[in-house]
Amino acid sequence: MTDFEPKIVAFLCNWCSYRGADLAGTSRIKCAPNVRPIRVMCSGRVEPAFILRAFELGADGVLVLGCHPGDCHYAEGNYKALRRMMLLKKMLPQLGIEEDRFRLDWVSASEGDKFATVVNDITEKVRALGPFKTKEETKVA
Amino acid sequence: MPKLQVALYWAASCGGCEIATLAIGDKILKLAEVADIVFWPVAIDAKYADVEKMTDKSIDVCLFNGAIRNSENEHLAKLLRQKSKIMIAYGSCAVEGCIPGLANFFNASMILDNTYLDTASTDNAGKTIPQTKVSIPEGELDLPEFYNTVKTLAQTVDVDYFIPGCPPEERTTWLALEALISGKLPPKGTVIAHPAQAVCNDCPRVKHEKKIKAFHRPYEIIPEPDKCLLEQGLLCYGVATRGGCGAPCPQANMPCTGCYGPVEGVRDQGSHFLTALASIIDATEPEEIEKILDGIVDPAGTFYRYSLPDAMINRARIKP
Repeated sequence: MTDFEPKIVAFLCNWCSYRGADLAGTSRIKCAPNVRPIRVMCSGRVEPAFILRAFELGADGVLVLGCHPGDCHYAEGNYKALRRMMLLKKMLPQLGIEEDRFRLDWVSASEGDKFATVVNDITEKVRALGPFKTKEETKVA
Repeated sequence: MPKLQVALYWAASCGGCEIATLAIGDKILKLAEVADIVFWPVAIDAKYADVEKMTDKSIDVCLFNGAIRNSENEHLAKLLRQKSKIMIAYGSCAVEGCIPGLANFFNASMILDNTYLDTASTDNAGKTIPQTKVSIPEGELDLPEFYNTVKTLAQTVDVDYFIPGCPPEERTTWLALEALISGKLPPKGTVIAHPAQAVCNDCPRVKHEKKIKAFHRPYEIIPEPDKCLLEQGLLCYGVATRGGCGAPCPQANMPCTGCYGPVEGVRDQGSHFLTALASIIDATEPEEIEKILDGIVDPAGTFYRYSLPDAMINRARIKP
């Protein structure tokens, strides 16, 4: 288990968080290389099904980052994301998915350092949890 | 024209689908004119051994209801697939797992322990739990093996058509039977139901823009007769459920619970409903959203009531 490297899928909104990630890069801020970024137009575009699908396809953790409340390029897409992800977060433990495997946060275009902090944080938390496996033996052990 | 050879089977199900088959009423006589029923455990006395003796593909159509929960279900699914030209998943259990599929929140040992040891009303001093094999003086007896995970029919064998519903409405059953009798079959993999995008399209209740401040359970309120139930805070699943049933539940003041499965093009019904619900909550502050969400007491059980085995995350991960 010592060589386990978590695979983390990150949905980044085009207007704030993706640019925050870019800034982290251009500012040469060191951060964990475990995140696979997927750029979406808005955190409000991220359906909870995307997150479940990521887990189904082998992600160990999923990150959704959007503009800070009040700053959404589309006025209220991130509020929609907030409501959806809060409800999803309420449901995930029922499916045996630990709370730390999924995180919604806000990263603005000027917050390269926050991007790095969030990425490092989820990577370490997921590393501690170990790999996520959805498949289980069908037969009684 | 030779008569259609038809088989019906029930796996992990409640028996409701058998009744739904009969709900077509006197049309069953029309069916009897064109079809012979060769196997139907609930109604006729044909044994598994009789099916085993049939030549492959000698059954024209098999209507298979029930989920795959144990080795007997799996064996019969495979056997009937081998003997049938057309395999139809009939009803929600076979299509997507349905209520038996809620067992996927647990594993086999948790269920057996709870049923045979832990419930308050159980008196089982010898701690007897069903075994797959047991020896008695007369010989060895066996029971089907109880699986950890409930599966759908299509996860077990190749399925040609799907008939949704818990149980399928009479009109849906007849639509499928008519297609079979006339030989005008849709493309393989079709979910056979009257076309309607969602249950809401069938529902006569008046709909406005939805903004929800609080969720209620059906016993907590008396809903207004003509207004959309979801707008009244009831968890009505109509927005995320395939239509074609005719919306009998909302017309009887009960919210839709989602038995016709996901709408066309959607794979994960539970998260689809979750997405729709969360979007119409009328709040932007986390504390207020949390308070409103507290009205949904069992999110996973509500959203995946019928579809957990067919969902993207098709069972709970249980820590050893």
